[in-house]
Amino acid sequence: MAYTQDEIVKGLAEIVNEIAGIPVEEVKIDKSFTDDLDVDSLSMVEVVVAAEERFDVKIPDEDVKNLKTVGDATDYILKHQG
Amino acid sequence: MSKIKPGKGSPYARILGVGGYRPTRVVPNEEILQHIDSSDEWIRSRSGIATRHWAGPEETVAEMSLEAAGKAIANAGISAQQIGAVIISTVSHFKQTPSIATEIAHRLGTEKAAAFDISAACAGFGYGLTIAKGLISEGSAEYVLVVGVERLSDLTDVTDRSTAFLFGDGAGAVVVGPSAEPAMGPTVWGSEGDKADTITQTVAWDRFRVGDVAELPVSEDGELKFPAIRQEGQTVFRWAVFEMAKVAQQALDAAGVSPEDLDVFIPHQANMRIIDSMVKTLKLPENVVVARDVETTGNTSAASIPLAMERMLATGAAKSGDTALIIGFGAGLVYAATVVTLP
Repeated sequence: MAYTQDEIVKGLAEIVNEIAGIPVEEVKIDKSFTDDLDVDSLSMVEVVVAAEERFDVKIPDEDVKNLKTVGDATDYILKHQG
Repeated sequence: MSKIKPGKGSPYARILGVGGYRPTRVVPNEEILQHIDSSDEWIRSRSGIATRHWAGPEETVAEMSLEAAGKAIANAGISAQQIGAVIISTVSHFKQTPSIATEIAHRLGTEKAAAFDISAACAGFGYGLTIAKGLISEGSAEYVLVVGVERLSDLTDVTDRSTAFLFGDGAGAVVVGPSAEPAMGPTVWGSEGDKADTITQTVAWDRFRVGDVAELPVSEDGELKFPAIRQEGQTVFRWAVFEMAKVAQQALDAAGVSPEDLDVFIPHQANMRIIDSMVKTLKLPENVVVARDVETTGNTSAASIPLAMERMLATGAAKSGDTALIIGFGAGLVYAATVVTLP
């Protein structure tokens, strides 16, 4: 079953909350992981691995650097989900 | 065909004693910041490292090894003459041959103990321990000295803001010997050479001989840079946390030890973030004491596990007889995990 954009954003918000302690309501599509949400490069790896498990998608290291905003990650998962 | 008589070893082996040496000079983050544009807060948040020890000119790989080994032998309650093999794990002994192990075996006063170096980077201690156990069980040595020793400050590019703060120097040693009961579980180990480029020395030594210096790294003053260790932080972090947690779990399973039965967890002291994330991924119960020596020691590669073990026993954080899960992982990539009874 494919996830919708809303479901992915909601899921990412829960993951970011769990890993970086950011309130879920602050995790919006236009937010930058590093600049707005205090997710550093190592936490980003944890977010990515959690997202892979949750959304059944593979996100290789070379693609992680392109995922600057919650929207980037959402689009990536929408496109690549199994 | 002649019948060949096998050796008479001890079926079980055990770590009998541990010793460590930390160089006298403590290097705080403030000193690291003289060469890179960063901050104490950034370094601490990314690595958990506040200080590390860097060796002085007298604190050579040999001298640090001897200090740690002497303590481990005394702690084991044996004499150097009883040691049948000396295994030194290091990537920062800068003489290709002979090995540093032969010098250590001689200067400790062993009776012509077999001696050799191994190269397995941050997994070197676990590799050495595994070899030691094998030698003891098949009877080639009764007691084996395993030393992890590094002067990683020599392989640090102080201007590389992603690694300058990581590495430290030191030596950790253990004596492994026969045991009446099992005190070392099976080792889960391996290599992933397809990821060799993710942690590596910047330049191979023979590039300097060839004289083809065109593409070699140079400093701001135009001087050729000494080789250093560089790594792809994010890739290594992902591998270390998530793949190594699986290996650690396999080592527990292989030893038949459940997380609830575990007293101590001593992962390679690479980075506090890796340690924290690994503990979370492994879902270790709160009563398991976790080594966090990296805060004041930095990453000392092969030396990190025995150094952390020694400190935990010295401070009372862990005690003799505790069951400990150890796991080393690093350049290669290589890894080794096992469950041991603490000396």
